[in-house]
Amino acid sequence: MDVLTLSRLQFAITCMFHFIFVPLTLGLSVLVAMMETRYVLTGNEMYKRMTKFWGKLFLINFALGVVTGITMEFQFGMNWAEYSRYVGDIFGAPLAIEATVAFFMESVFIGVWAFGWEKVGKRFHAVSIWLVALATNLSGLWILLANGWMQHPVGYVLRNGRAEMVDFLALVTNPFGLLKFGHQIVSGYTVAGFFVMGISAYHLLKARNREFFKASFGMAAAFALAASIMVGVIGDFHAADVAKTQPAKFAAMEAVWNSCNNAPMHLIAFPDEKNECNLVTALPVPGLLSFLAFHDTNAQIRGITSFPKDERPPVLPVFLSFRLMVGLGTLFIVLSAAALFLSKNGLLEKYPLFLKLLVLCIPLPYIANQLGWIVSEVGRQPWIVYGIMKTSDAVSKSLELTQVIGSLLGFTLLYGLLGFVDIYLLAKFARKGPEETHVGATNAFRN
Amino acid sequence: MDLHIVWFVLWGVLWAVYFMLDGFVLGAGMLHRVLGKTDIERRVVINSFGPVWDGNEVWLITAGGATFAAFPTTYALMFSYLYTPLLLLLFALIVRGVSFEFRSKEEGATWRGCWDWAIVLSSFVPALLFGVAFGNIFAGLPMDKAGYHGSLVALLNPYGIVSGLLFVMLFLEHGALYVAVKSTGDLSRRAESLARTLWVPLLVVAVAFLAYTNFATKLYDNYLKAPVFLVAPLIAVAALVGVRLLLGTGNTLAAFAASCVTILGVVGTGVIGLFPNLIPSSMDALSSLTIYNSSSSEYTLQIMTGVAFTFVPVVILYKIWVYRIFRGRVTAEAVAADHEAY
Repeated sequence: MDVLTLSRLQFAITCMFHFIFVPLTLGLSVLVAMMETRYVLTGNEMYKRMTKFWGKLFLINFALGVVTGITMEFQFGMNWAEYSRYVGDIFGAPLAIEATVAFFMESVFIGVWAFGWEKVGKRFHAVSIWLVALATNLSGLWILLANGWMQHPVGYVLRNGRAEMVDFLALVTNPFGLLKFGHQIVSGYTVAGFFVMGISAYHLLKARNREFFKASFGMAAAFALAASIMVGVIGDFHAADVAKTQPAKFAAMEAVWNSCNNAPMHLIAFPDEKNECNLVTALPVPGLLSFLAFHDTNAQIRGITSFPKDERPPVLPVFLSFRLMVGLGTLFIVLSAAALFLSKNGLLEKYPLFLKLLVLCIPLPYIANQLGWIVSEVGRQPWIVYGIMKTSDAVSKSLELTQVIGSLLGFTLLYGLLGFVDIYLLAKFARKGPEETHVGATNAFRN
Repeated sequence: MDLHIVWFVLWGVLWAVYFMLDGFVLGAGMLHRVLGKTDIERRVVINSFGPVWDGNEVWLITAGGATFAAFPTTYALMFSYLYTPLLLLLFALIVRGVSFEFRSKEEGATWRGCWDWAIVLSSFVPALLFGVAFGNIFAGLPMDKAGYHGSLVALLNPYGIVSGLLFVMLFLEHGALYVAVKSTGDLSRRAESLARTLWVPLLVVAVAFLAYTNFATKLYDNYLKAPVFLVAPLIAVAALVGVRLLLGTGNTLAAFAASCVTILGVVGTGVIGLFPNLIPSSMDALSSLTIYNSSSSEYTLQIMTGVAFTFVPVVILYKIWVYRIFRGRVTAEAVAADHEAY
């Protein structure tokens, strides 16, 4: 193991851990804001209790999202100093803008929202959670524009020994970043929809607070269905854009080894990297891949073998992650459509097996999100900035092996511990009903 | 206007405001076990900064982001050269944030005790490390064209330690004053009296720091060249004396304001002394990272200036407004009755 490998491992671990919390934050902020809006518009106390119950889970999750986010910013300088130096002229800008435009707003108004129930008016309290939701989503936009630039660099020239920005507008209108943003945001909404449906299903199975959890379930089901359909639609555009901008990644996603026109999509395939072919290919749909990529059944798909060996991403993890992600995405549409149908017709409690299934499904959208990032980031290798800079050239020169071993161990231990405590607390407060979520403040006072 | 200078000033302002705002959270965090005799008193301390600490920490993230965007070479080298101390800082900030959130989510005394100590430690470590890091930056890092020649142990040189102590003492004083202002009754009185006690060692460390700086750094060169800038250290010293005088009159709010000015003055003093360096080299003046040789292109600086001058005033406005919403003292009754409180 060398500094490069360990730094990559550390970046992957810290990024994926951060990304356990981010998607739920993206979606749950919007759902809670919708609940509170309903409370303000109808004056119905149940929606206030909904806001508080789901809001408590939101806050526990939010805390870890925030603190693990600082790691991401620091790591670019700590482990990837050559990268930071080479592209900082462009890449630093969206990060700084994210902090100034989004992160301030998010962290300030989360304080108003969490502590301001008695301090600000009802309407303004609802506005503050909308501002949190807006800021969280804006934050995602800037981060994905930064990531989009790494995937498909635009608006720059190579000058003075580095990449320099020449067109800021190109950076903020980079289709790659915008599509990725769209795809990611609705994926986060799907996570939140299934999270709320799953926990509501758990309580409905126990027949506790039935009105409350039926209402929560209904909102979440509609939200999840709309979101998961959008995930598929935007994902399709995104994949077509990848085919154009990152042909090597696209070839790996579909395990296409040899360039061909009228490329079929194989419903079943399994790549064999060593022999540069597929072990199994079955059930081809002629021309479908060409059509999906370029909206033309005759278009040419570049195969992996047309790229030099040192410019190919690892095929197997990209291919498998992509297949699994798409499969899960399809499942989410089916499940949330069924959930919405049953909920609308008041049939939920007639199908306890379905409710149990939804409890078990809580982790699945999380997994789909992580798989998406594997496709995106592993598929970009060996490039850190596609076509400009290789990951191996990006690592800090001054780092010593012991430093990275120490930090990797530290992160693994700390994150492991915090993840454990977080899941414990989330489960504790999720299991309690809305009436019992108040922490025993009064008892503590009497002590 | 030279945008490099604009960004140097902004860079300094971001750090100064960060230390002013997070300084009292770090200080109160270090002190909450000492000041709070009972669980509810500790919760009062934590809730006194509960609604604002997250927003305060963002100044650090913005300072980091601004360094990345405006001075990428400095960002890259500073973060990779100071790898291990930054890592410890990062761990501390992570633990601090979750400690606030997790502490009161369980009743048990062991649970709360563990998170209490986590808060104390994770407030002390950043205070000390920021001081050590800035002390070493003031003195210059051992770097030349070949790279960095320092080590973690070398950062703990006497000047680095004095700087670390200065930051710890400044934040302890700042935190004690904040709790005195934001709480009521016994807790407030105890915090006020602690602030009086802490002022003496703070003064001693501050004098030692100012004297030591003359020998360990070249910070005073700029002041000899342009004595008008002496106004910054003079403000810092006057404000520090003001803290004690105002405490004597029992006006803790004014004393806290003076403490804010002290911190701004101390950071201002250091930053003015650094100019035009961001990180001077202690080995080879030509290898120093300056605002000219480590900056972004003119174009990026222009874009970022536009962003900063549009959005920073907006941020300041809504932050002031939020501090107004949460003005007034935090009482035990209010914390106990508020189910959303920490």
